[in-house]
Parts: sequence; C-alpha cells; structure tokens
Amino acid sequence: MKKFLAILLALVMVFSFVACGGDENTDEGSDVQVKVGYIFIGPINDGGFTQAMYEGAVASKEHFAGKMDFIYRENVAEDTQEVKSTALNMIDEGCNVIIACSFGFGDAMNELSGEYPDITFLHFSGAMKNDTNFDNWFGSMEQARYLTGMAAASVTESNILGYVAAHPYTEVQIGINAFTLGAQAVNPDVEVKVVYINTWGDAELEKTGAEQLLDAGADVICYHADSTAAQLAAAERDAWAIGWNYPKNDAGDKYLTAAYWNPEVYFNYALQNIMDGTFVPESYYGTMADGLIAIDEVSEAVPVEVRNQINDIKQQMIDGTFEVFTGPIYYKDGTVLCEEGQTLDRAGIWSITNEIQGVSAI
Amino acid sequence: MQVFLASCVVAGVPLLFATLGELITEKAGNTNLGVEGMMLMGAVMAYVTAAGTQNPYLTVLVAALAGALGALIYAVLTISLRANQVVTGLTLTIFGTGFAKFVGQPYLGKAVPAEVTQFFAKKSIPLLGDIPFIGPIFFRQDVFIYLSYVLCVLAAVYMYRTRMGLNLKAVGENTAAADASGINVMLYKYVHVLIGGAMAGLGGAYLSIVRIPLWQEDVVNGRGWIAVALVIFVAWNPIKAFFGAIVFGGLSIMGMRLQVMGVGISQYLFDMVPYLATIIIVIFSTHKKRKESQPPADLSNNYFREER
Repeated sequence: MKKFLAILLALVMVFSFVACGGDENTDEGSDVQVKVGYIFIGPINDGGFTQAMYEGAVASKEHFAGKMDFIYRENVAEDTQEVKSTALNMIDEGCNVIIACSFGFGDAMNELSGEYPDITFLHFSGAMKNDTNFDNWFGSMEQARYLTGMAAASVTESNILGYVAAHPYTEVQIGINAFTLGAQAVNPDVEVKVVYINTWGDAELEKTGAEQLLDAGADVICYHADSTAAQLAAAERDAWAIGWNYPKNDAGDKYLTAAYWNPEVYFNYALQNIMDGTFVPESYYGTMADGLIAIDEVSEAVPVEVRNQINDIKQQMIDGTFEVFTGPIYYKDGTVLCEEGQTLDRAGIWSITNEIQGVSAI
Repeated sequence: MQVFLASCVVAGVPLLFATLGELITEKAGNTNLGVEGMMLMGAVMAYVTAAGTQNPYLTVLVAALAGALGALIYAVLTISLRANQVVTGLTLTIFGTGFAKFVGQPYLGKAVPAEVTQFFAKKSIPLLGDIPFIGPIFFRQDVFIYLSYVLCVLAAVYMYRTRMGLNLKAVGENTAAADASGINVMLYKYVHVLIGGAMAGLGGAYLSIVRIPLWQEDVVNGRGWIAVALVIFVAWNPIKAFFGAIVFGGLSIMGMRLQVMGVGISQYLFDMVPYLATIIIVIFSTHKKRKESQPPADLSNNYFREER
C-alpha cells in the first residue's frame, strides 16, 4: 500500500510538472503566426557571422511585432545527427520554420524537409532546395567586397593590400577577386597579397597571417575569417583594417569600413511570405539592392572623392547597372575568366576556381 | 629574417610556459595530459580578471592560480586517489575546455582593457635590446615574454643546482627509493604538479591577454598537445625547452611566411613536423639509451607505499 501511494504521489508530481509546462505554452500570445528555430554554428556574441545572424533574428521579431517569435541554439557542430536532433527538438517546441545558419547544416535540412512537409526549412548557403518547403539563401557579397577594395586602394602607400583568407575555395576566392577588382578600379598598381590560413576561424592564425602580410609590406588588412584578430594585428602596426561579417571596429582610428550581412532583410521577406502562404523556394540571392549585403560607413580617412565614387557605384549596384565581374578579367595564370564585354552571372561567379591577375597567392 | 625570428619567439612563448610546466610535472613522475585544459583555464581566468580589475599583476597571478587549480584536481585524483594518469589528464583537458567556454561566454569578442594591453606592450630592454641581431629578436618583446626567460633559467637552476631539484629527480626516477630515503614524496609530487599547472595557466594567459587581446574560446587551439610532445623532444631539459619552443613556434607560422614569399608548401605539412620530429627523437633516444635523454623511470606510475 505504501509503495502504491509512493508511486501515485510521484506520478502526480510528474504530471503536475507537465501540466505547468503545458500552461506556459498556452499562455503565450495567440498572435504568433511563425515560430522560428535558429540553428547557429557559433555563439551569438562572436562579433562576427553568428552575431550578425542573431541580431537579424531580433530585428525581425521587432519588425513583426508579436506575429513572429523565435528560439535558437548556439554552438551546434556541423554534424548531421546533431543538427537533426536540434531541429527536431525545435519542432517539438512548436517551431514551424527552421533557419539553419551554416553550410554544413544543409544535409540535415534536406532530410528533414521530406519528413516534415508542414515545416519550412531555410538553409544559409549551398544550392539544395525542393519545390515546397526547403530553400537556400545567400547573397552577392562580391558587391560589398568590391566597394571595400576601393576604400583600401585609396589609402595604401605601399600599394600592397593584405588579405587573410580562410580556405582556397570558391566563396572566399569570389571575395578576394571582387576586392581586387575594386582596388584596381581606384589604383591600377595595387597588389593584393593573400595568406590562406586553412581554417574558418583561429584567432591566433588569423593574427599571425596578418602579421606576415604586414611584414611583407602590406599597409591595409582585409580578411575572410571568423574573428577580428586581423584587425588587431593591423592596428598594432598602425596599418588600416577592413572588417567582415558584422560591422565591428576593433582597430580604432584605423578601421576603414566593413563588408557585412544584414540578414533581417531576408528573414522579414521569407517569413512574411510564409505568413501569407505565398512562400515558394527560389534559391534566394540577396544583394545591395534589397539590403542583405551592406558596407559600413566609410572612414573619413578615405579621400572624399573616393567616398563619393564608392557611393556612386553602390547606387549603380542598387539600380542594377553595375556588375562587379565585367570582362576582360584574367585568372592569375593567364587563362580567361570573363571575356571583354561580357559579365558573369550568378552561376558564372560561383564557378570561380582561382584568383585573378593582381593577386599574389599560392 | 630578424622580423621572422622575433615572431617565432612570440609564437613559441605560450609553448615554452606549457612545456616548462609539463616538464616539471613529469620530473615528479606524473604525466599530465591536461595541459590544454589548464592553459584554457588560465586563459579565461586571466581574461576575466583583466576585464574586471584592469590590474596586470593580478591578471598574471590569477592565471597561474587557475592553472594550478586544474592541476590540483589532477593531483588529488592521481596522487592521493591513484587514478589512471592518462585518463585523468584527458578528462582535465575536456573539463578545462568546457570551463573556459562557460566562464568566457559573456565576454566573447570583447577586448582586454587598455590598461592591461599597454602594460604588456612591446618594450625594449636597455642595452640588451641594442645588441646587434640578438637584441631585436629576444629583447624588444613584452614583459610576459621576459617572464618566460626568467622562469626558464630558474627552472634550470632549480633542477640542476639545488638539493630540492635533486630530490625531485629522485622522486621521478624511483619513487620508492626516494620515499625510503626520507623525501616527502607526496608533498614533492603535489607541489610540482601544481607548479606545472600554474605555468600552463600562464601560457594560456599569454594567448588571451597579450597575443589576442579579445576573448576567443578557441585561443589555445591544440598548443597544449604540442607542449606535451615538446617535453619529449627536448628530453626533459628546460634550456633545450627554450630553443625547442621557438623552433616549434616557428614551424607553426612557417607555412604562412612562405606563402607571402611565394613558396607554396602547405601549412599542414609544417603542422605535422613537431609530432614527426618528436617521434624521430623518441626512436633515436630509445635506440641509443643515452641516460640524459630518457624519461624519468617512474613516469606515469602511481606510487602506493603499501605496495612496495
């Protein structure tokens, strides 16, 4: 009898907890039309990519004023099982949209989109999508890179620009090439020196890489890596720095500008479509025009005529009259990337496999 | 060349601290594979102290204490409770990594206060800094690097020129004999394991306070493991550790240097060299059986007086 009573009491306790949990759920405002689960690769205050994504989510929640709510999980490894269980937990907690903010989360999204047709899966980068509930999204970062290249070339005295790059891979090479084209537009004698650190993020390597470039005569440092360590290296040696991913200045007076993501633009757009029932996967590619791609305010150290030029070209990009990759452009080994009079479309840009002339890289 | 060698010293200093620490620990007969974890504990606590107090002295002190705290966990488990040293060390690495992520979470990406970074800015030592060639490489660095020189010399003097250093050697070579001769074996093991942890903590602090004065949770990034290999490479000799650390530090930045110079040898190859070199050294020293390059004979054996 005692045992029975004990079990009964334990069960009552368990159920009362569950009941409490249930109550909390129903207490939430019924206005919420989309509940988004964000899966982040890094921590939300990393001063880089994940922070840009997180702040986009917060801004989007404000934009929808009660109609959108979100939960998130940080530091999720690019491991399909872990991503899947994270997403499933989110679905369990009532999410009807999952936004996966890293390339390596794609396979998990692909698998889940078949099993859960009522949930919408939005994957940053890559090319995977289906016809109903799974889309990828990215942006034309080459536009912002081009403009930062113009700023860099206008302040260099040594005519050597340093670029700390993650991996010798298409996305990174698009950035390097666009940066170089922008720099050459302002100063044709400029050389872009690249150091590949072979990782997306290792602050020590990023800083060391930047220092090697500074030793080799570079006086502007740009980077494609997770932390702002390259900015620190530049500032310590009194060289200029250009930020990336998120407009964070760690170089004080030596900070020129930054090329960054503004993801709320996409969140607002896609979530509105989902609310209205008009969502169709389209492999979204944001631009300077819709604002997904942005550059930070350019420092006054950049001569005013170049700042005006940057604004002009930015306006032309927004109007759709300026293409970053306009021929003739040659790879550094002399083969043709883009013929005279031609421009590269999105597919052409994403087939880039090398650096262009004017870049010195291995 | 000079500029490159000066950056080799900078890259080598965190390794030097950690290597000296592990060397002293192993001289007492304990292999502590938790170097990576203790470095991270030192790194994060140094950061938190610097951010909270802006006091560089306190920062260094707390870094050493944090490393020693990690070592204390290891010491209690392996010396008093006689747990397996390898497993305990690995656990400490995992613990330290989690500890650093947890404690550092609110500080991610935030800068070390200017008071502290200025204290650790590069300062030339008068006279020494003017020596041709050597001066700019070794004596136009920061205070933290000078501290590593001092500790290196102190460790060598202690190990080779003092009675206590001799006792330490006895504990590592034959714990039972040392115990029989009246040396307080437990005390020696505890003290030196803790000193080893404190030094690892300092190595971590160098990375988070001086090298990258922004909190990043992956600051240490495998350097603790290189230090473990380096101890074998330098044959448990603190003076050799000094040069070994600079060589291994240099290797870690060699690939990038060559890229800038237009030579395409992958950094991955250079990253393998420390471990490869260590294996070769191990093969040679086992083969030649030179007394001075052998590990302490009682290394990794937990001592239990009643089992004699």
